[in-house]
Amino acid sequence: MYSVNYHRATSVGDAAKLVKSGDAKLLSGGMTLIPAMKTRLAAPSDLVDLSRIKDLQGIKVSGKTVTIGAATTHYDVASDEKLRKVCPALAHLASLIGDPAVRHKGTIGGSIANNDPAADYPAALLALGATMVTNKRGIPADKFFKGLFETALKEGEIITAVTFTAPSKAAYEKFRNPASRYAIVGVFVTKGKDGVSVAVTGAGEDGVFRSKEIEAALAKNFAAAALDGVKVPAKGLMSDIHASADYRANLIAVMARRAVAAANA
Amino acid sequence: MSDVSFVVNGRRVSGAVEDRTLLVHFLRENLGLTGTHVGCDTSQCGACVVHVDGRAVKSCSMLAAQASGSTVTTIEGLASGPDLHPVQAAFKEHHGLQCGFCTPGMIMTATDMISRHPEGLDEATVRAELDGNICRCTGYHNIVKAILAASKTMSKGATKGKAKQAA
Repeated sequence: MYSVNYHRATSVGDAAKLVKSGDAKLLSGGMTLIPAMKTRLAAPSDLVDLSRIKDLQGIKVSGKTVTIGAATTHYDVASDEKLRKVCPALAHLASLIGDPAVRHKGTIGGSIANNDPAADYPAALLALGATMVTNKRGIPADKFFKGLFETALKEGEIITAVTFTAPSKAAYEKFRNPASRYAIVGVFVTKGKDGVSVAVTGAGEDGVFRSKEIEAALAKNFAAAALDGVKVPAKGLMSDIHASADYRANLIAVMARRAVAAANA
Repeated sequence: MSDVSFVVNGRRVSGAVEDRTLLVHFLRENLGLTGTHVGCDTSQCGACVVHVDGRAVKSCSMLAAQASGSTVTTIEGLASGPDLHPVQAAFKEHHGLQCGFCTPGMIMTATDMISRHPEGLDEATVRAELDGNICRCTGYHNIVKAILAASKTMSKGATKGKAKQAA
């Protein structure tokens, strides 16, 4: 790792000031950033640690409205009793990220700010129609995720929370890479008063996306059988050593079918 | 440079470190606690697992400065006095190790796992929870056996405690 200056922010305002120095980066759980710095893929001059800021911690559930502080760990999302009552699918998703030690450190804010094309949270937040709350504004999920490791965040903008309305039905199914534990394909389905939403991670060349084909079929009939014969186009999907675009296209339909079955269970 | 201070295995320690110093290197090189191992150095293998504020984390993926102010437990701090911790005793009893390189991380992960599942563990849960710890010798079988046995011993203790409270 190259030399770096570490700062521990005491508040979001403090962090916003600190992140202006040099080529600074925000640090949350560090489960991606620290390994990237060790391999010198990332070499920020300064790190601004957000993980001890109290305002960024914790989960609030009020009726169907869920607000999760950006520095809330995957473990805390997975084990939160209130969240498990209103949106068990999201808690389940958090329990599938990485391994236990990674879940103890990694945070929801860090994950979405990084927007890895195979990360789990982007699929959930896009399908849930979540809003990313920053120190400047609220950004709807469909405007937030902009492509591979790209988001709508401006220089120095800090995610403070994500918020969404829990849908009546939701589920996440993930076909994971057994070594990296990232999704080869992950599908998050929701059914709420605004209809059906299906978001796919791990597969798109531009990161997370909504599958129009699957949404159209499920809008008519929210049942696994409604997806029989539905083909997802392979165009725009990733091909790599783990899976070809065609394989991923098929896997999206398979995972969507399982997710719908789980949501209806 | 950053001044860091921790409580490590019940002892207050402090030092000045380069900001880029990883927690595992601080433990091994500054404190001489070489029980915590560096295996893969890519957050995959879990040989470096320690407890920070009661949670199992990979000390190769965390800066010492990030952990400053925390309570850290390493494999050296698990046993009290000459008696092995129940998880250590179970690994010995069930031969949950061969070369022993992964063992400190396995035991720290197992201890955390057992404390998060006071209701007890089954084989599938143990295997899923061992996702982040790699062993190249044992094929995991005896590690799983050891963790299940330790979980039984420890939850027996916990139920006794609860029964006492209820009475």
